[in-house]
Amino acid sequence: MAKRIVVDPITRIEGHLRIEAILDDRNTIQNAMSTGTMWRGLELILEGRDPRDAWAFCERICGVCTTVHALASVRAVENALKIKVPQNADIIRNIMFLTQQIQDHVIHFYHLHALDWVDIVSALKADPGATATLAQKVSPSWPKSSPGYFRDIQATVKKFVESGQLGIFANAYWGHPAYKLPPEANLMAVTHYLEALQWQKEIIKIHTVFGGKNPHPNYIVGGMASPLALQSDNAVNIERLNLVKGLIQDAKAIVEQLYIPDLLAVASFYPEWTKIGGGLGNYMAYGDIPRNGVGDPSQFRMPRGIILDKDLTKVLEVDPGDPSQIQEEIAHSWYKYPDGKTSLHPWEGETQPSYTGPKPPYKNLDENAGYSWLKSPRWKGRSMEVGPLSRMLVGFASGRAEHKEVVTAALAKLNVPAEALFSTLGRTAARGLEAQLCAGWLQEEFDHLIANLKNGVSDTADTTKWDPRTWPADAQGYGFTEAPRGALCHWIKIHDAKIAKYQIVVPSTWNASPKDGKGQHGAYEAALLGTPMADPARPVEILRTIHSFDPCLACASHVIGPDGRKLAEIKVR
Amino acid sequence: MTAAMGLEAAFVPEVVKAMETKPRIPVIWLHGLECTCCSESFIRSSHPIAQDVILNMISLDYDDTLQAAAGEQAEDCRRKIMKEHKGGYILAVEGNAPTKDGGVYCTIGGGTFLDVLKETAEGAKAVIAWGSCASNGCVQAAKPNPTGARPVHEIISGKPIINVPGCPPIAEVMTGVITYILTFDALPELDRLGRPKMFYGQRIHDKCYRRPFFDAGQFVEAWDDEGARKGWCLYKMGCRGPSTYNSCSTFKWNNGVSFPIGSGHPCIGCSEANFWDNGPFYQRLSAIPLPGIEATPDAIGKTLVGLTAAGAAAHAISYAVRRTISKEASEDKKE
Repeated sequence: MAKRIVVDPITRIEGHLRIEAILDDRNTIQNAMSTGTMWRGLELILEGRDPRDAWAFCERICGVCTTVHALASVRAVENALKIKVPQNADIIRNIMFLTQQIQDHVIHFYHLHALDWVDIVSALKADPGATATLAQKVSPSWPKSSPGYFRDIQATVKKFVESGQLGIFANAYWGHPAYKLPPEANLMAVTHYLEALQWQKEIIKIHTVFGGKNPHPNYIVGGMASPLALQSDNAVNIERLNLVKGLIQDAKAIVEQLYIPDLLAVASFYPEWTKIGGGLGNYMAYGDIPRNGVGDPSQFRMPRGIILDKDLTKVLEVDPGDPSQIQEEIAHSWYKYPDGKTSLHPWEGETQPSYTGPKPPYKNLDENAGYSWLKSPRWKGRSMEVGPLSRMLVGFASGRAEHKEVVTAALAKLNVPAEALFSTLGRTAARGLEAQLCAGWLQEEFDHLIANLKNGVSDTADTTKWDPRTWPADAQGYGFTEAPRGALCHWIKIHDAKIAKYQIVVPSTWNASPKDGKGQHGAYEAALLGTPMADPARPVEILRTIHSFDPCLACASHVIGPDGRKLAEIKVR
Repeated sequence: MTAAMGLEAAFVPEVVKAMETKPRIPVIWLHGLECTCCSESFIRSSHPIAQDVILNMISLDYDDTLQAAAGEQAEDCRRKIMKEHKGGYILAVEGNAPTKDGGVYCTIGGGTFLDVLKETAEGAKAVIAWGSCASNGCVQAAKPNPTGARPVHEIISGKPIINVPGCPPIAEVMTGVITYILTFDALPELDRLGRPKMFYGQRIHDKCYRRPFFDAGQFVEAWDDEGARKGWCLYKMGCRGPSTYNSCSTFKWNNGVSFPIGSGHPCIGCSEANFWDNGPFYQRLSAIPLPGIEATPDAIGKTLVGLTAAGAAAHAISYAVRRTISKEASEDKKE
């Protein structure tokens, strides 16, 4: 008899996510349902407001990938009003973008994802001397790798465990047969969990310099608010630039000497996960990090494009402004569209909630009805995966040398073929490799800023269209970016200097979307199909694949059985 | 932290002792309608660092952003603490509860967040409402508040509730509230809005390092203009410093690196109730004729009254601007 399992809440993500899965007699996932269970109505709240304020509202969509919604929002307004920001504003935004990308990827690996692969309790059994040997082997340049250092960390963990108050580590899956790391690798990873936790609060000081605070730094339509003024003691001057410079160097060290070595070391113990969790095989990236303004995608460091059916020989074009390409469906979403319409481009989009699910508290949702607060965005009718893997594949398939170099090196190190990328582990590895590229780009963007300052170019804002009286009565635009979790776009319509319509399609809507009208799964659901589970009552495997996407939503996920099939229910514990 | 709390060095050993000898107090940290910026801010704390708080000071027994267990195993952690530590745990709430349509706009484990919040609050010793969502509603409660989102104090009664507003609150304010409770075994003194006086007692404007430019009538008139480059006052760009109670201009952010005004952007007043609906952010004060040297507070207060939509808020601001003793001003806010 098939088993149905529910994992709600999925923890170690942003927001609330519920997953239900149907397993066959051999405990392999046969069907899955992903449900968003939280809705805040931001698009409705934005209507009628000043478009110049929208970034602040939108930034509060997410405090984990803080900045990305602000960036997409100011770009949407600038696109609508035809404002071209000064190059320095693009560079500062790129610096903030790259800072966010690196910080977010490191936090994801160590604090949200690692415990799916790393057994903390096993770390207590490690020999600190052997751990030091291992650490020095995987990362010869990282200074903190002495036996005494690991002994101290182990003692800290031991004291914590012996206190009997396990806090955030309580009641988890320690000792689960799916954990494969030796004790020394576990101790090394736990130690770096703590090191990364200390470091993440440093790198984001770059946001504080240019945006005044983190989380939720400040942006403005038309540029950036922090002036570059080398001869002023009350603006971004050499002291501020030195702070940023040092943090960039630290970030590079963390990524190259901690993150990448740990990632490859952990991955080498889980080769089977290069064959699990592939999912859709369709990948989409809007691209970002402009070198010649957002209007010239050919000069993006992260290239734009679409890959279908895992075919790396072709990169197709994507245009968020083309109404025939991106549509949002609501066949299994708790919304209604006017006039019986089933899909709409975001410029015509509607956000009218219409809950048709069971009255809470409920045990299960119905796969044949609405089951999510997420809509189902589709590109030319197809489900797409977005995120670091999509971006790395688009770069790789576009023939970008930098992308090819890091991907090829990682594949060689793990001794796996390129097909290994289409997997749960591929997704996790791509995030690290992207962080590696980002660290290099961050330095280059900073160098570009310095070069501009050397040439006397210091403007950061174009204020010619700041005054709404300079705006046309009607305007529409879109603003895209690549959030850490994938392609993000905001669409805006402005009427008489107010927001007439605002629609947002976030990465996790693409990835976590419910089925569409044709029954096509979203990326999470598709990736879970075929996953074998060692112990369904302790769903580590589901967490691995779902976390490999780095979910960022108020979302619930629900996996459902084939039609009419009688299902046994078990509680996940 | 001791410096941040205004303590003398002599108290340090006492702080350390308190931290090391007591069993760690259980904390259940719930997430409702929110964006997780409060959690992100919390882990940015520089003194103490988040690791020390989580491993050595409190027992963070439920926090779906950080905890290893998921699903039923996670919910079991919450229920276990509620049962075994009834009356002894702290409930920390990030986000707020949608109350419209039976609470369907946020569910956890199939139940509404509204029910989870009420159920978990029942046995709590005290409730900390993190951030503006939990303490005053924040962005999802902005007009037209489509989900009926309501802050914690409008849903929970009969418990001490500490409001720690801000979007997010400053990291060291968050860890400061926790360590104050642990160190002195008492809740911090609160103002009439339930905010710790030690962090929300004075207006940003009164402590702002750009205040002399305000007094001298030197203002930024446009982004990146000469005044912006010289770091003049952002009042004309819509700065909410004069009506916002927070520690940004004293503690600053991310271990003192900067704060919004320090990086050239006006304060948007993110720790004040209804700040989203008191906008537009850049317009409110921009059209006001401004006084010159040593502005007369009453004149500014009257101008604000004329321009601000919400009567109560305007009243508070006029008081706030008129008064120089912030404690009194803070307590007057609700009158």
